[in-house]
Amino acid sequence: MMTLVHGRVRLALYALRDNAGPHLLLLHGLGERSPEQVPAAVDSWRGSVHALDLTGHGASTVPSGGGYSCEVMMADVDAALAVLGPCTILGRGLGGYVGLLIAGARPTLVRGLIIDDGPGLAGGGVRPGSTTITVPDASVLGRVGNTPDPYALLELSNDVRPPDYAESFVRLALQGPLDEPISVCSVARPPWLAAVAASFGVRTESLASALTRLAVLEPLLADPNGA
Amino acid sequence: MPSMIDRSRNAVIREDSVDFPGAQAPDRSYRVDAAGVGIAVHEWGDRHAPPLLAIHGGFDFARTLDVFAPLVAAGGWRVVSWDHRNHGDSELVAMHGFAADLRDAAWVLKSLTDGAVPVLGHSKGGALSLRLADSWPHRVSHLINIDGMPARRKMPDVSDTERTKLLSTELEGWLDHHRRASTGQRKSDTLEGLARRRAKMNPRLTHEWLCYLVTVGARHDPDGWRWKIDPMMRMGGFGPWRPDWAIEGLAGLAMPFLGIVGDQSEPMGWEAGEEELRPFVPRHARLETVAGTGHFVHIEEPDKVAALVLEFLGRPPSGAAQTRAAS
Repeated sequence: MMTLVHGRVRLALYALRDNAGPHLLLLHGLGERSPEQVPAAVDSWRGSVHALDLTGHGASTVPSGGGYSCEVMMADVDAALAVLGPCTILGRGLGGYVGLLIAGARPTLVRGLIIDDGPGLAGGGVRPGSTTITVPDASVLGRVGNTPDPYALLELSNDVRPPDYAESFVRLALQGPLDEPISVCSVARPPWLAAVAASFGVRTESLASALTRLAVLEPLLADPNGA
Repeated sequence: MPSMIDRSRNAVIREDSVDFPGAQAPDRSYRVDAAGVGIAVHEWGDRHAPPLLAIHGGFDFARTLDVFAPLVAAGGWRVVSWDHRNHGDSELVAMHGFAADLRDAAWVLKSLTDGAVPVLGHSKGGALSLRLADSWPHRVSHLINIDGMPARRKMPDVSDTERTKLLSTELEGWLDHHRRASTGQRKSDTLEGLARRRAKMNPRLTHEWLCYLVTVGARHDPDGWRWKIDPMMRMGGFGPWRPDWAIEGLAGLAMPFLGIVGDQSEPMGWEAGEEELRPFVPRHARLETVAGTGHFVHIEEPDKVAALVLEFLGRPPSGAAQTRAAS
């Protein structure tokens, strides 16, 4: 495990497979943690496979008093990209949405994003509901200080995700080298993801198909003359 | 009624301290534990007087109220403010955000009383005050908002392509800042140098006042003064939030409401005058424009704004049996 620094947070980055070839970075769902081994569904990936514990999850820091947003989680992933360089990202649930944000923000470093089903995929819907102030009940959600952080569960499940905001990140992702930088494999299609799936530059396909397509493209991008 | 400019003429700037007429350090300062986050709370006025919660703006700190708060306290109130997390003397924590600030506000309020109190907010503090009132109407007796009311700032003439470019630049800048700031700290300067740097964002505030702010809002390190503001924080931003959503909550607030704005444009201003705000504020809202002021209305004209606030609130309730006095 490697420890990354993002502000006052220490992030756990795991090398699940350290082969030569393109990097695949796994992002877990809300309340989950990185897998200990390469999941069977991505075993076909012939390059290296890494996984990141987002803030408040797994072996990463649990900050005091919350303040979570998917945009801050995006910066967690950017800390991993700073170390790994270009990666293809496979995100489950929350990780799929965070993957979309970083794919738009760093279109030349994210060499393809695959969005899959998982906890936290829907977020808090397309707009906020009635406001309230909620303090996590540690006795129900788990002890504050342990992972997953109850504040993460509370705040990231209420994270508002307007479809047009998500679409703007698809447009940004298209500024990178791939014609179709995003694959949607999920069964679930909350409104933001339905909008993404219907966007230009997004392919709806199986996980196996997406992994095969992006694994072939990535080396071509890394060394276009060597192909 | 002395304005900031009048007071500034009589300010005395020394190498590491500034006397600013009318500025008073808080009568009490202490910490509230907001679910593990240490929040620095400052109070002006009699500890047994009824509390009034005052919320500062973004990139500010409670002691920006050093002139204004004593004037309100002199009217019989216990003015209670706090440094937001990652601001001033409150704890630097890994993350901050509107929901977290709102929870911190709730912890400070809980430390004072289980009842309702008047809440005053400036700028981002005004936005927080609106959300606090919308979320917990039973805990806010009166609402005073100083240039922190949402306006419709749409850019209908900006195409999607241009909008995407703007977002792209903002995102890259924000992520690059996060990478750099992980190990960085705020730039140091002399007392007057730091004041001059802040003047770029607050061009209407006098040099003397900004120098005073440095002495109460910055840290004097061996290599110079630096603002006690989290170096991870950055002006501007992006995200899914829309001003329209805040506007919708504004009209339904039932408590007495006083909105105060200036009429001079400046970089930090919310650019919403009485005319723009009237359709969105509660029907019973009172809106006041303090002529000749910008975004920091209560700093530029502390006496006028304090008089407005005291007149709006009326006589402070006698006895504060439901409140907890600061130790």
